[in-house]
Order: sequence, then C-alpha cells, then structure tokens
Amino acid sequence: MPFIPHTEEDIQAMLASIGANSIDELFDEIPPALKTGSLKRVPPGLSEMEISRLMLERAEQDGRYLNFIGAGAYEHHIPAAVWQIATRGEFYSSYTPYQAEASQGTLQLLYEYQTMMASLTGMDVSNASMYDGASALAEAALMAVRSHRTSRRILIPQTVHPVYRSVVRAIVKNQGIEVVEIPYDKLSGQTSLDGLKNFGSEEFAALVIPQPNFFGVLEDVDTLTHWAQSRDAFAIAVVNPMALAMLTPPGEWGEKGADIAVGEGQPLGIPLSSGGPYFGFMACKQPLVRQMPGRIIGRTTDQEGSDGFVLTLQAREQHIRRSKATSNICTNQGLMVTAATIYLALLGPEGLRRTAAQSHANTAALLEKLERLKGVKRMFNGPLFHEAVISLPRPAASVLQALEARRILGGLNLREYYPELGDAVLVCATETKTSADMENYVTQLGDVIRNS
Amino acid sequence: MLIFEHSRPGRRNYSQSPKAAEAMDIPEKLLRKTLPLLPEVSEMDAVRHYTRLSQKNFSIDTHFYPLGSCTMKYNPRACNSLAMLPQFLARHPRSPESTGQGFLACMYELQEILKDVTGMAGVSLTPMAGAQGELIGIAMIRAYHESRGDTARTEIIVPDAAHGTNPATAVMCGYKVVEIATDKEGNVDMAALKAAVGPKTAGLMLTNPSTLGVFEENVAEMSRIVHQAGGLLYYDGANLNAILGKVKPGDMGFDVIHINLHKTFSTPHGGGGPGSAPVGVAPRLLPFMPVPIVAFENGTYRWQTEKEIPQSIGRLSAHMGNAGVLLRAYVYVRLLGAEGMHRVAEFAALNANYLMAELRKAGFEIAYPNRRASHEFIVTLKDLKEKTGITAMNLAKRLLDKGYHAPTTYFPLLVPECLLIEPAETESKETLDAFVTAMKEILEEAHTQPDLVKNAPHTTPVRRLDDVKAAREPDLAWKAPTRNISVTRTETLTAIPSVSVA
Repeated sequence: MPFIPHTEEDIQAMLASIGANSIDELFDEIPPALKTGSLKRVPPGLSEMEISRLMLERAEQDGRYLNFIGAGAYEHHIPAAVWQIATRGEFYSSYTPYQAEASQGTLQLLYEYQTMMASLTGMDVSNASMYDGASALAEAALMAVRSHRTSRRILIPQTVHPVYRSVVRAIVKNQGIEVVEIPYDKLSGQTSLDGLKNFGSEEFAALVIPQPNFFGVLEDVDTLTHWAQSRDAFAIAVVNPMALAMLTPPGEWGEKGADIAVGEGQPLGIPLSSGGPYFGFMACKQPLVRQMPGRIIGRTTDQEGSDGFVLTLQAREQHIRRSKATSNICTNQGLMVTAATIYLALLGPEGLRRTAAQSHANTAALLEKLERLKGVKRMFNGPLFHEAVISLPRPAASVLQALEARRILGGLNLREYYPELGDAVLVCATETKTSADMENYVTQLGDVIRNS
Repeated sequence: MLIFEHSRPGRRNYSQSPKAAEAMDIPEKLLRKTLPLLPEVSEMDAVRHYTRLSQKNFSIDTHFYPLGSCTMKYNPRACNSLAMLPQFLARHPRSPESTGQGFLACMYELQEILKDVTGMAGVSLTPMAGAQGELIGIAMIRAYHESRGDTARTEIIVPDAAHGTNPATAVMCGYKVVEIATDKEGNVDMAALKAAVGPKTAGLMLTNPSTLGVFEENVAEMSRIVHQAGGLLYYDGANLNAILGKVKPGDMGFDVIHINLHKTFSTPHGGGGPGSAPVGVAPRLLPFMPVPIVAFENGTYRWQTEKEIPQSIGRLSAHMGNAGVLLRAYVYVRLLGAEGMHRVAEFAALNANYLMAELRKAGFEIAYPNRRASHEFIVTLKDLKEKTGITAMNLAKRLLDKGYHAPTTYFPLLVPECLLIEPAETESKETLDAFVTAMKEILEEAHTQPDLVKNAPHTTPVRRLDDVKAAREPDLAWKAPTRNISVTRTETLTAIPSVSVA
C-alpha cells in the first residue's frame, strides 16, 4: 500500500481502541446511496521504478529546443544551489508559517525577500508574494479601486501583456470595475500619449504602466506616472524584476514614484516549467499598506527580547476578516519565493545587473544580425530591454514551424493578439544565448525565408 | 543574523554572472542611479545561511504535523524529482503543443483521473491555489445564472464553520454572503438553510466533510433544497482526503468543486505555497470553464482556448496554472493507482478515529463525541481553560517543545478553545501513540506546572513572539545603515568592468 505504514496488527489494535469491527464501519455516517463504486478511469498503481521510466520517456519525447521566446517567461541561468536548498525537506514540506516559533526559517527568509523586493522596486513595503504576475496585476487594480474610493475605472495600455489584460478583466469584472484600454504608438511601440489625451477628463482610479512593455520596449515612465498622478489617480507599475537591476525603480518614477509595483517573479531563479509555478510580486508605498492583499511578514521580538519574525497585519486577510478581507487570497508562492531569495543572494546587486545587461546586449546583437536578413525589420523604434518585435517577409506561422523542425523556437507569433502588426514575432535573447546560438538562429531563419 | 548583515561591499560570485556586458543604448533617464539592496555574499555564505534557516523550520520531513484542515501527508520525493526532469523544467509555456506532447499527456491523464475521482463532467487544471479555485467556481456559477438572464440572484450561502476564503471569495465575485448556523451535532442547521434559501440564492458553498471534522449527513437533502430554489452547489475540496475513493462530490449533487492538490494529492506546501486547485464541473457548467483545458484528438494533445469555449469565464493566470505542481500530483496519482486511492480515505479515517479515541481516553474533551471523525476531529479546551487557565494557544505552543507541530487552533471559530487535529494516513501508529503521550504530559503540566505551559515554547529557536508589537510598529523590510552605492552613467551604461576570474 503506497505511503501507508500500517501493519495488519496495527489495524486490529486501532480498530479495537475505536470499538469498530472494520475500517468500513468508520464510514457508516455516509448514506449508502452516495458510496462510490469503482474508479474506472484510474489506472492500476505503479512502482517508483515504473513511473520513473514513464516520466523519463515523456520528458525525452518533449526534448529541448534552442529557445528565443520570452513573452512574460524568461530563460535565465539558475545557480545549482538555488533548487538544491529550496527543495530541502525543511522548506519543501513545511506549512504556512502560522506557528511562528516553529517556522523562523521560512519567516526570516520571507522578511529578507520583502526587503530585496522593496529595494528592487524602490517601494516601501513588499508582501510575501502572489500567485503570478497576471493575478498580481488584477489584485493591484482592485487595491487601487478600494483606495481611490470614487472611481471604479482602470486604464490599461495595450502595451501590457495581452493575457495579463484578460486576467485582469476576468478577475475584476464581477465587482463592476471598468477596464479601459489605451492604444500604442505605431512607431515607437510605446503607450500613445495622444491616446491618453483622447481619454479626456473622466475620472479613473489608476493607470497601469508596464516597464518594459510587452513589445520589449521601454516606456516613458516618468511622463506616464506624472499624467496619472496629476489626475488624482494611482500609478500601477508592472515590471520585470530582472530589468530593475538596471532600470529606474517604480518608486522613483515621476515626481512621487509609482504607488503600487507588481510583476512576474519568474526571471529570478524560477524554471520555465511550462508556465508555473511562478510567483507574482507586489510592493507599495507606505500609505497603501493596509489595502495590500496577501501575507506580510514583520520583524518583532520574543519574550526574551531576541529578534524574530511573524505573519503580521493579518486583519487584512480572509482568515480573520472573512467577507471583509482585502482579497480572498490565502496562499503565497512560498517555495518559489524561497528559490528567488536564494537566487538574489547568490547573484547580488552586481550579478543581477550584469545578467540584465548581458540579456540586453544579446538581444541588441541578435537584432543587428536579424536586420541584415532581407525583409526582416524591427517593428518599433522605442528603446529596448531584452525583447523586440520583428516583422518577417513571410507568414510568421509557417516560418516558426519550419524553425521548430530545426529545433529552434524562433519567438512568439503576435497575430493572435495584434493582427494589425501582420507577420510580427516577439523575440528574446537572454544571457543564456551564446554568439553561436544567435548565429545559428539567424542562419536558419535566413534559410527558411529564402526557401519558403 | 540577516543575509544583509553577512554582506561585504565588493564581495561577489564570479561564477554566477556574465563576465562582461557590451555597450548599451538605454536612455540615461530610464536607468537606476543606486544599486538595489541585495546582499554581497559568497556562494558558500549564501548556501550556509539558507541551509541554517531551513533548520529553524518544522516540516513534514522532520516532524509530525497534525494540522487540521491542511492534510500534511508525506510528499513523496519521486514526485519532486520527476517533475524536475530537465526537459520539463526547460519547456517554455508559449512553445507549441507539438513540442510538449509528453507533458500534455500527463496533464490530460490527470484531468481524466480527477474527473473520475470526483464524479464531475469536466476538469480544468488552471487554478493556482484553493482560493483561486473558489473564485473561478463562483465566477462560473455567476456566469451560468447570467447566461440564463437570471440576474436577481445576489447571495451566496456559507455555513459559519467554513474557511474564511469562502465568504471572501463570494464578495470578490460581487455577491452578498448569507451565513447559516451549525446544529449541535456539527451538521448544517437545516432550518437555517431553509430559511436562507430563496429567489436571491445564487449558490451554497459547502465543505464536506465539514471543517468540524464530520460528514454532512443531510447533504442530499441540502442539494435538493438549493437546487429547487434555483441555486447551485459549490464543493470546497479542502477535506476531499477524507472521502477519496469513497464518495464522489458529483454523486452528492455538487455542480462545481475545487480540489486542493497540495492537500489530497500530496504536492508540497512549500512553506505556504504554491498550491494548485483544479476545478471540476457538472455538465451544465461545462460552457463556462476557465481556459486552457487539454484536449486529446486523433492521437494529439492540444490546448482548448476561448475560441472553442466562448462563454468561458476566461483566464486566471498568465499561462496555464502551476504546471510543475500538476506534474507532481500526476506522479502521485499514478503511484497510488485505483487501488491506492480509496486507501487514502480509509487510513486517514482510521488514524483520525484512533487518535480521537485515544485522546478521549486520555481525558480530552471531544467537541462532537457522538460523531465519527472524518479525517480530522476537534478537541475543545473550554473546561481546561476554566480550571487551569491553559488555552488552546498555550497547549499548541507547548507541543512545539515536545517536537510536534501544533494542531490548527481557534478554527473553526464556533468551537471555543479548539484544536482541529488531522493525522494524515501516512503516519504510523507509533507516531500517534507518542503524540498522545505528549498530549497527556501537557494535560498533567496544565494542572501541576501551568506557568511552564503558559510560557511555552522553551526549546524553539525563539520564544513566544510579540504579535501585537509586530502589528503596531510594522517592521516589514530591513533598512541598511546608510550605505548608498551610487552608480555613475559610465558604470551603468558602458563600462561594466570585465572581471578576471582568479
């Protein structure tokens, strides 16, 4: 019996203590009509050896590709120590740190995480993480509406990740919150300032500002922050934490800094893993702390005056406030944040900055090579971080398919989200790509274009 | 000591960063002027620091964790190592389906197995945690009523014993919460339910077995009452472990459910996450399921999206949910197999009823003594507190000294001084017996040395922590003792110095 330690002798002794004749009798309060027959679609159990064989076969069937897709999930080197420590049983199999004295490891680590994220984003306070970047943005929108009090409208530029926009809509729509999209500038790939002007003088609770945006383009964050705040709205930053090693942190945007910063934490030591688990981060300015959703850790002292850490400001949360909580969120992505904290400690400020800088440089080098191919052009002229939209002289879908046959994932086809861009592909080259990798990509792409 | 206090300016891990970056063309006004406050430590410093931190945790791998409502069962190591095979880790979420047939096969089979185990018509794997599963479930209920033009339904009914996420979720979906009482035997008060149900009822959220550790005996009748009024039934799968392979939520009449994989299907709690909570639906909610869902046709696995499920409530995550957690659950269900599935509930029930019987014999008061325990049960210390001043909190902290994680305390809210105790099926009789001995010792201490218990814990890395101070004077991030490192434009932009690795 997998993972059940009971011997026959144990079972009999336990039933005798209970005063029951059989294990079945323990279910005698369940109406017989409800009891399940057999499980027809569950296969028989496997041994660890058998399931290992099966999983290895499936992993090998999928294999590995030379990957130039980014689009919200980025391939970075992950130091070996990160997951060796994160999967130690003491981190991996521990529960939410409600019993603080038995959870100082997790709690101190989360306090260190909050410190690192507050500093990376330039904000006062970070929570202990959200599910992912997209749901963190939705929570930020709700938080802005709660704090604003008079408007239930959120402005989101079309330069924000299209799936993030869908997720925000799915989460906020049942609370009567209106989401208004702001167009992008066709030349720069940035949020259109004319689009903002056209929005007029109606009240809104917050403007979302991506940095870099979905096209990989850097936004004029000072202008956007100023525009929102001068209209008594909040500025919500949605940022790549890796980029923040180099870029002005949201806390310093405009005159006062953005009010809330969120984003996808995956670039910080989390494997791509088909999309999850990742973690969302959320940080804010001090006045908004009590509107922030999610777990927060604080430093305090024990009976003897020693420093220790606890979950705090819990009066915001569902297990205390129930229907009046700031959110229904209960969990944070503890294990992912454990990995991210170790990752940030191993890289340090300079290591992170170099990783970001190398990713930027690689993408710049890749673009230069790509633009030498006939008919391949950069779509936007705004400044870039580590991702860019290129236009192809052939149908993007068939080009990408041909590259896939050559074990290269050439980027994300944007037709589904931005059909007006034609054969546009979003490409990314992080620090993991060597000159030879990029040369290989460009050569193969040239070949595919010529032969299609 | 914090990692920041180990930091020394200029200390770096040369093997963990690119050697040099080439020139950059980012406008100066977009670049940060000061370095972020990240520690500058050696690789060994970091490894040692975080290894030592891990040693300050209780965990399933090191301690018995009788934490009610949390199902702290053994997390098989194979589930982790097989989910972390390099090809699975390297797979980009936006890579084509053709490059992930092995991965998608696991996801599809997991969907099918979960459908069978829960008796639901459809399963979506996307929700990233229990509370998100709830949000999606209630959003589907809302979408269902709206699709029928039935917009007068504005209320969700929730028993008073429910998890806090239930009422919080209903509110996030724009509903008003109507709370109903529990009767003396721990069942939902049927009179209260009948009084609460009406034309405004959108649905009822129910955990069964409930958070009181008992099976709702009237569940079929509850289903009839709610459905007759036009409402739908939501099953909170927090306690599915107690009935796995014994009763299917679909057979109890539930229209939508979520399953906490980190409970019943043994994926790691990870110090507070990641969770994962697939949702299952009855046929009438199939059109509203969240996307993506894995389909299998002509020998090929593929994602179904909004295009095929146009009434879908949409996407709730940037990609497809917590794929790596789903892989761990898949390995676990394949290890259990059909024959292992119902043994989970059987041995969880055996352990719970045995522990309840032994604690009762040891002098503890059981909150619902006339009922079978499901996979958990409640001890109330109301009398003990009156006699000795020892609270549930005191006893919980004293258990830490004896090497046991505390049970869940002060939840559910309606039982005073309660301990919600859940010994998962993976614990042996010896462990349970040793726990009973520890509980007996504390009961004795409560009478003979109450101060010892009141001032517990004594042996943990820190003593009782001051929660009030933490909330009144929030210290939520470490502040560096004034060392602001400026970076000049040249350093930031062009001349990241090349470093020789000695």
